Amino acid sequence: MFEAHKKIINTEKIAYWIFLVLGVMNVGFVLMICVYLLIAGTPAIVKVGPIDFLFGTTWASTAAQPKFGILPFILTSIYGTIGAIVIGLPLGFFSAVYLAKMASRKVKAVIEPMVDLLAGIPSVVYGFIGMLVLVPGIRALFGLPDGSGLLAAIIVLAIMILPSIIKVSITAIEAVPEEYTLGSLALGANKVETIFRVVVPAARSGISAAVVLGVGRAIGEAMAVMMVAGNAANMPDSLFQSVRFLTTAVASEMSYSSGLQREALFSIALVLFAFIMVINGILNMLLKKGIKR
Amino acid sequence: MSENNANAAAEGNIFTVSKFNLWYGDHHALHNINMDIKEHTITALIGPSGCGKSTFIRNLNRMNDLIPSTKLEGSILYNNEELVNSDIDVSKLRKEVGMVFQKPNPFPMSIYDNIAYGPRTHGVRNRAKLDNLVTESLKSAAIYEEVKDRMSSSALGLSGGQQQRLCIARALAVQPRVLLMDEPTSALDPISTGKIEELAMQLKEKYTIVIVTHNMQQALRISDYTAFFLLGDLVEFGPTEKIFTKPEDKRTEDYITGRFG
Repeated sequence: MFEAHKKIINTEKIAYWIFLVLGVMNVGFVLMICVYLLIAGTPAIVKVGPIDFLFGTTWASTAAQPKFGILPFILTSIYGTIGAIVIGLPLGFFSAVYLAKMASRKVKAVIEPMVDLLAGIPSVVYGFIGMLVLVPGIRALFGLPDGSGLLAAIIVLAIMILPSIIKVSITAIEAVPEEYTLGSLALGANKVETIFRVVVPAARSGISAAVVLGVGRAIGEAMAVMMVAGNAANMPDSLFQSVRFLTTAVASEMSYSSGLQREALFSIALVLFAFIMVINGILNMLLKKGIKR
Repeated sequence: MSENNANAAAEGNIFTVSKFNLWYGDHHALHNINMDIKEHTITALIGPSGCGKSTFIRNLNRMNDLIPSTKLEGSILYNNEELVNSDIDVSKLRKEVGMVFQKPNPFPMSIYDNIAYGPRTHGVRNRAKLDNLVTESLKSAAIYEEVKDRMSSSALGLSGGQQQRLCIARALAVQPRVLLMDEPTSALDPISTGKIEELAMQLKEKYTIVIVTHNMQQALRISDYTAFFLLGDLVEFGPTEKIFTKPEDKRTEDYITGRFG
């Protein structure tokens, strides 16, 4: 009897250590990435000079007199993300309101799995469709020599962030207690007033979390935008400009880079990482605030 | 607020329910209900759980519309307007027939915005008018003194009893004629319950109150008329005093003397 007891304790101890190691490994990966990026990304920033690096408007990494200014990439990433949110947020938000509050059970049963599917499509497929449909479409619509550029990237990103915005918003809206809806209806408010004046405000922290999640996805996406953005290191002066994002700047040159050029690519990755850290920080803050309330 | 209540319906009846039947799918939940509800009275609906009293009260402001596969028959006249299966403006009806729920349900906004929500919904934008409505409603619900210094703080910070009186104030702010209360004190402590009961008795001067309660003592304390529901039947309806002292039906007697329920 005592032996059996001992055995249980042993298996519990073993399980405890296994899970501890697995948990620590996760933290370890994040720390390793952080430390490695800092070590690999700092030298080029120091060599080029932080001001010239972050605010330089010319990127000519393979020129005889190379220049490493990444402002075009930073601005492209910011514009691209803002553009994706401007298009994707209203679309995703209203879809979520519709699915959570208005759609019949049948319609919801059809649309929701499709939204999940949208989230599961590999980004290269988005890029592919963008190249085949969107880019020629923009070229024909605006009479341009080439349709690939900032606008095409924004539209692809907007579609790619839809699933996360929709899913998180639905969860937030459905978490609002039914009593609020009943209370509002009982005061003579109609359904639409109830949704927009009581339910949505009550779900706002969850909905803002959806937005930040979308921002995070948009700014980190590389493959799809690389295929439709044109990929030239221009300042994003117009919607039709061929542009390069922070992500694609790293991806497109890494395979043949060397020396300072390679170090500069690591620095770009570091800047991107900093962006993502800030966005995640905001996300965590919003989610915590939501739980408190 | 009183001019709202000035034009009473014929014979002082604000609701006339006749041959009213309700089905949830195949389940026949209310059988042939007949009942007159008089203006400026408190009518208590009593009966064991699942007897149909909450279902019934939700037909008086058409909140049952929200439940799919409900089938209705018969007639409920409110102020001589047909509510059953009719094409009335439910927003207007619910403005006149307010409701207070079992669980206090203030919105997650400030105390002021909670009260102002209804009037704003019905188009009141004038700040002075809103201020006045909010103050008057809070006073009528006997909670003004407790919240007057924190109108802009969240209503969720109030105690359960305060929240329920806030919900009553919120219902009063749209200037209704009738207040439906669906077990308004079942989630509250005895002191808060006492306050709500006292409030209900004050409010009947201006409003008509229909209250669902599990608590027979409560029905006896505050109501003028009592309706006893059992398994979807309205077993007995009459002046509260008579129901509790000389019930005509054996089942009513058994219930109020605590032999079942």
